[in-house]
Amino acid sequence: MLSSARTVSSRLLRPATWFPLRLGSEGRAASSLQQEIIKKQELEIDELRPLYMDFQATTPMDPRVLDAMLPYQVNYYGNPHSRTHAYGWESESAMEVARKQVADLIGADPREIIFTSGATESNNMAIKGVARFYQAKKRHVITTQTEHKCVLDSCRVLESEGFSISYLPVMQNGLLDLELLEATIRPDTCLVSVMTVNNEIGVQQPIKEIGQICRSRGVFLHTDAAQAVGKIPMDVTDWKIDLLSISGHKIYGPKGVGALYVRRRPRVRMEPLQNGGGQERGLRSGTVPTPLAVGLGAACSIAQQEMEYDHHRVSMLANRLVQKIQAATPDVTMNGDPVHRYPGCVNLSFAYVEGESLLMALKDIALSSGSACTSASLEPSYVLRAIGADEELAHSSIRFGIGRFTTEEEVDYTAEKCIQQVSRLREMSPLWEMVQEGIDLKSIKWTQH
Amino acid sequence: MAASTRAQVISLYRTMLRESSSFPSYNYRTYAVRRVRDAFRANSKVEDPKAVARLIEEGQRTAALIQRQV
Repeated sequence: MLSSARTVSSRLLRPATWFPLRLGSEGRAASSLQQEIIKKQELEIDELRPLYMDFQATTPMDPRVLDAMLPYQVNYYGNPHSRTHAYGWESESAMEVARKQVADLIGADPREIIFTSGATESNNMAIKGVARFYQAKKRHVITTQTEHKCVLDSCRVLESEGFSISYLPVMQNGLLDLELLEATIRPDTCLVSVMTVNNEIGVQQPIKEIGQICRSRGVFLHTDAAQAVGKIPMDVTDWKIDLLSISGHKIYGPKGVGALYVRRRPRVRMEPLQNGGGQERGLRSGTVPTPLAVGLGAACSIAQQEMEYDHHRVSMLANRLVQKIQAATPDVTMNGDPVHRYPGCVNLSFAYVEGESLLMALKDIALSSGSACTSASLEPSYVLRAIGADEELAHSSIRFGIGRFTTEEEVDYTAEKCIQQVSRLREMSPLWEMVQEGIDLKSIKWTQH
Repeated sequence: MAASTRAQVISLYRTMLRESSSFPSYNYRTYAVRRVRDAFRANSKVEDPKAVARLIEEGQRTAALIQRQV
């Protein structure tokens, strides 16, 4: 009896060298041989994975963000809305610090920030919430054809509720025509929703000018800034933005968290989508996930601190990629305005090459032909069709996403591989042969089947 | 810069580079090494002792963070 108890206790007391944990101090206890084996395995896994060039779809989490989040995943687990004990207070104060970090990034007051589950929820809340609150007097909403699916779909829902929606076309360069916007605003318009940076072609809309127009006409302006916040300087006061959507996982933060900025002065009122305990000023009931909110806050504060450094580097890498490809391959066009854009999103059309086959040929690089939400279908992107790209050109475009963790080697590899595969695919293409012989493809009458 | 401070900065720089280069993931490793190098280079002309002390403290905090995350 006694001896068996001793065996049990001695086993428990043995140092945990056999346990292959790599996190924190336990990792340091693992033997060096074991550590090397783990490292080797990880490197091998890394080598087998394609290199990542799709930073518009999502971004890896910054280690600094994870470092800020970890304590709230384990030790500080209190409900931030608990007012009766210390567990609640410490979570609440962490949440309020995060709220201030988010607010500081966009020049807002912390009380104007509402935590949500992501930019899709923020967009839904803003569009449906504002339109429904003012529906007695105002029943018109303006948006553009190049918006993200969640904005367009929210507008469709409003349409079925009897609102009238104007889906404005954009110009050839992807930008919104301000005169057209001004002409479309009616006395019963309650909301204009225009995204800051487009997720597929990277063009940056003139939000400051749009804000000026909206404010002077007494219309609220909502902007989906998921791709813009933390990458370009934004200021809600200066730009006269009334509602702004933020996503955590686009700025090296955790997935499953976002925020909505709602202006207090002049006050924007809205109907909540989610009812319940009255958290977040009653606009978004439900317990705020403290670790995720802390992660979003950390990501925002890092983004603010690193904005200049990152922007400089991303521009350099994007130029390097475009110049390399365009120098070696003819008939490559860049979609979207060349000046008013975020440089990290490069959308190129390779004429006479099918985009999907190029993606297949570049299978060791993680790329996309457009938004991740619609990447399952072979339909050409609606954004490219909206900017008036030919059907063929829309089919042959690929989006390159460059971010904080992209290296020069990755860009060079991508460019080389692209050049090589495009010329290989063109060699096989009868269209390319005809173009080389000087036949205008537009003049050909294809036989009907 | 006083000699002792100089030694302290160099030692911190070495520690941070060493720790950064042990990130298992390629992208994090290259980013950390590059960011540390660029940050030290960007601040290499700082002379004000107060600013230097502040930067050293910030560096020590970041070094601890890297050690936790590697």
